[in-house]
Amino acid sequence: MRFYEYESKEIIRRGGIPTSKGGFGRTAEEARARAEEVDGPVVIKSQVLTGGRMKAGGVKFASDPDEAARLAAEVLELEINGHMPRGVLVDGRVEVEHEYYAGVVWDGLRKQPVMLFSDMGGIDIEEVAQTHPDHVGRGHFSNLLPFSDFQAKQVIASVGVSGSDLNRLTPILTKLARLFVERDMTLAEINPLARLADGTFVAVDAHMEMENEARPRQKALLDELGVGEDETREAREPTAFEIAGEEIDRQDHRGVAGNVTEFDGNLGLVIGAGGGSLTLFDAVRAHGGKPADYCEIGGNPSVRKTCGLAKLVLSKPGVDKVAVMMSIVSNTRVDIVARGVIKACLELGHDPAEKIAIFRIPGAWEEEGFKILERYGVPYADRTVSLNEAARRAAEAV
Amino acid sequence: MRSDALFIGVEVDEDVARDPQLAARLAEVCPVDIYATAEDGTLRIVEENLDECVLCRLCIDATPPATVRVLKLYEEGAVLA
Repeated sequence: MRFYEYESKEIIRRGGIPTSKGGFGRTAEEARARAEEVDGPVVIKSQVLTGGRMKAGGVKFASDPDEAARLAAEVLELEINGHMPRGVLVDGRVEVEHEYYAGVVWDGLRKQPVMLFSDMGGIDIEEVAQTHPDHVGRGHFSNLLPFSDFQAKQVIASVGVSGSDLNRLTPILTKLARLFVERDMTLAEINPLARLADGTFVAVDAHMEMENEARPRQKALLDELGVGEDETREAREPTAFEIAGEEIDRQDHRGVAGNVTEFDGNLGLVIGAGGGSLTLFDAVRAHGGKPADYCEIGGNPSVRKTCGLAKLVLSKPGVDKVAVMMSIVSNTRVDIVARGVIKACLELGHDPAEKIAIFRIPGAWEEEGFKILERYGVPYADRTVSLNEAARRAAEAV
Repeated sequence: MRSDALFIGVEVDEDVARDPQLAARLAEVCPVDIYATAEDGTLRIVEENLDECVLCRLCIDATPPATVRVLKLYEEGAVLA
């Protein structure tokens, strides 16, 4: 889940990292009050969970509280990429001498957090990594073992920072790394991390994302920040199709058959959970197929749930056929899934042989499953057909 | 008594269906609630759950031999042995 900038700054402030002065306001009057507290020029930043604020006019500069209130009123009315702001962050303007970048992100390949540090802050770190790779320092660390300052120091020093800057930056990156682990973050970045004229450092902007599954464990923090339990913090609101998928999955405890994401293609997908479904989705696209959805099915869902999911996918406007594919299954029964998808076709008045582009689920109870598929003339493939080949056949069938 | 869904059918001898003890046992053992008991204690087959049958044979094992038959309708009505 993503945090707003004002929440991210509060999290790092609680982690002991200095931030620029300021605060959050939901109204123009609250913005005025925050500006009075800053007692100096301020920047008004729209609080939306999307990028492109500056270009859209969601960031404005004010020299006194009256101007801050007036500009905040404008920003609060401004929709950015379809998002209305939750409020504004009123931040004290700081005289920046140099901008740095400090971040920690989860590396899914190494299965470890990785620290990133650059002496070229204020712009996208991806851009810096591409154009000036020697200006980005990296260092993996364990999320199980205690973190030591020297690990952060090595990363900062690797881009040529030395002397008092190195000594002052080290505890900041150290605190960010510890906070990342303690708060179950998937991303924690400060950009820019500004060096002021007096040699001190402050976080001017911060971006935090937390593992969704950590919400119960981080409940105290979320409560303190005022994050409601019903706030999904997704990039967009779920569609009616996606909500219907969640309802199907909630029907009973058996297995997973839901978690759908809507796309605008013509090939419905009922595909295996975990890495298998991601691989299959990509493979279908690589073969020119246009998925109508991404979904997850696995853990031996009931016939009723499988049928519900398949019906949902088949009923989506524009869907010509559905492809039912998984890797080799051990904890999901082939015959149960076969029953579910065939039942869905029949209940919607379709011929399963026509509507199912391919059924490629080998594994537990496959002999029984294949008997069912043969009975209804559904094209199926066993484990001798790769996921890639199955995806190709699915893409070509529509 | 017999009840068929799309994939699975179940046939239960009348003696078993009328026996409250056996009916209760069937309701207890079925993991997907295909069997229930009526108010008078006799057996009731829950038709909407028939296709959930996982072919576990627990109903067959819980009753006298050959008195409950699970039929695979997708296989020309083959009886689960």
